[in-house]
Amino acid sequence: MKKSNVKLMQGNEACVEGAIAAGMRFYAGYPITPSTEIAEVSAQKLPRIGGKFIQMEDEIAGIAAAIGASLAGLKSMTATSGPGFSLKQENIGYAALAEIPIVIVDVQRGGPSTGLPTAPSQGDIMQAKWGTHGDHPVIALSPSSVKETFDLTIRCFNLAEKYRTPVFLMLDEVVGHMREKIEIPDASEIEVIDRLKPAPGDKNYLPYKVEEGQIVPPMAAYGDGFRFHVTGLMHDESGFPSNSSEVAHHLMTRLMKKVEDHLDDIITYEENNIEDAEIVLLSYGGTARSAKSAMKKAREKGLKVGLFRPITIWPFPEKRVKEIAKNVKAIIVAEMNYGQLVLEVERVVKGATEVYHVGKINGEVITPDEILSKVEEVK
Amino acid sequence: MSSQLVKQYYRGNKLPHIWCPGCGHGILMRAVTQAIHNLGLDKDKVCVVSGIGCSSRAPGYMDFNTLHTTHGRALAFATGVKMARPELEVIVVTGDGDAAAIGGNHLIHAARRNINITTIVFNNNIYGMTGGQYSPTTPTGDLGTTAPYGNIDKSFDIAALAAAAGATYTARGTAYHVQQLIKLVENAIQNKGFSLVEAISICPTYYGRKNKKGSVVDMMHWLKDHAVDVKAAQKLPPEKLEGKFLIGEFKNVTEPEYTEEYQKIIDRFQKER
Repeated sequence: MKKSNVKLMQGNEACVEGAIAAGMRFYAGYPITPSTEIAEVSAQKLPRIGGKFIQMEDEIAGIAAAIGASLAGLKSMTATSGPGFSLKQENIGYAALAEIPIVIVDVQRGGPSTGLPTAPSQGDIMQAKWGTHGDHPVIALSPSSVKETFDLTIRCFNLAEKYRTPVFLMLDEVVGHMREKIEIPDASEIEVIDRLKPAPGDKNYLPYKVEEGQIVPPMAAYGDGFRFHVTGLMHDESGFPSNSSEVAHHLMTRLMKKVEDHLDDIITYEENNIEDAEIVLLSYGGTARSAKSAMKKAREKGLKVGLFRPITIWPFPEKRVKEIAKNVKAIIVAEMNYGQLVLEVERVVKGATEVYHVGKINGEVITPDEILSKVEEVK
Repeated sequence: MSSQLVKQYYRGNKLPHIWCPGCGHGILMRAVTQAIHNLGLDKDKVCVVSGIGCSSRAPGYMDFNTLHTTHGRALAFATGVKMARPELEVIVVTGDGDAAAIGGNHLIHAARRNINITTIVFNNNIYGMTGGQYSPTTPTGDLGTTAPYGNIDKSFDIAALAAAAGATYTARGTAYHVQQLIKLVENAIQNKGFSLVEAISICPTYYGRKNKKGSVVDMMHWLKDHAVDVKAAQKLPPEKLEGKFLIGEFKNVTEPEYTEEYQKIIDRFQKER
């Protein structure tokens, strides 16, 4: 590693570095705290490498322009925070149904409404899953450090391209604004996945037809000579609208399955001291840092505590959490909300172990001692 | 001539279209297509973007790169397409509700940027797809299903709105004055900047029936009798313009275009390398 590649930067800056390394060449967004640096750094860096940045008139336009640019062939991103994430929901559904790869960053802040604009939160975790109307596949990743923000932003683009779906990077204000040392790897060390494209001049190209051996249909770009149609209506393999219940069922099932059938590829997590643990802390994003510290303190006291950190939030690492639940006395979910991912944990473990929650909704981070005292309470 | 146009520029297997008998939108769609043909544009390099509503179903029938987006957002999606590939001729087909109500913010900002997109507003003065609710261009006093006692809103002059927001080309035509409309769309596409043509349609099914406007032919005659060319209007006394509306070219100026200005920034860094 060259010394010049070691930098001190914010999570938000690392997000842009990762995006550019993954091939982002278009960014559209709207200023909102605490995500604004992502727009600022994109505005600064993109034109220097021949990419494009545009500040749109609102959050809805930000994601709309990103979808348009992706259809014209550029890897695209938009970033926002709480209120803006709410505004983007309709077009998230559009990208899911029309299968347009884009990356949406949500730097979570205290909500609802304007809430606590400069304070951290993890209150949008369920919104990432259920925010847009209708059933749809969801991929959401949540980093705990600046370096991981860089890595996961690349992974978000790769997953978006591979599965032709919008992918969320669920940052929180803690990680977004935290400054840490980061080593930017050389481009040759970074795996970059590009969307599958139809063979040039393929006369039989159908924009939504999955051929044998493909996960998703190849995606042409506007201007490449395919003259295809894209709509937010239910559509058949040709891309044109259809009212047929059979067509709707086929499309919806395919959309859900393309994620459901590749969980092992999509899901990642980190485990610490799970083997002999009697109590497992389950935490993600910025809060996982407090959980890790709480685990260490508990171990120092001789308590058998482990940490499970989902890196992929959606789809939830259901299989692994089920296994862990069989062998432990309790799972304590620590997250900066009133109880969101804990609901998923309870659903998954189905009473196999006790599930407790450590939450906070006042804009302050959860401290290691708060988690530790819960451990002592339930041990 | 028109069947040749259908053959060359329409997705024949998607026809007939969904519009009601007597709807003006088919005439407007044809005028847009004829303008594209007259200019000799490469079909592969034309991208037609729409939002939601009756008008917005047009791109589905047109054999170009086509994008049917969410309600009101066509211009925002189109901005992304145009930024990513400035060489594409991007044309937005939208309606009065789509462009001036739910999409009003995108309209004024696309105009302000003077980005090279041509917007054709199919204005039928009503929400047709949802069954006849009053729109931002329903005249005051007229009826809609949501204005059962008469519309008390003032109506928007969409062409004037776009011009005020910074569009460099604005015009208005009608489904009756077809030859003029084709020319206006041609000029709009040729303008290097944001262009808007408000194309007045007729909706006999909802607006017409609700407001007792008579038959389709009566509604077409109404367009003929109430439209006054903007040049002719300059010589007419105000009382002669009472109850009339203007058609023709309103604004045609040259100003820096957005994607070109952005390219200049990119070029600045290319030179530094």
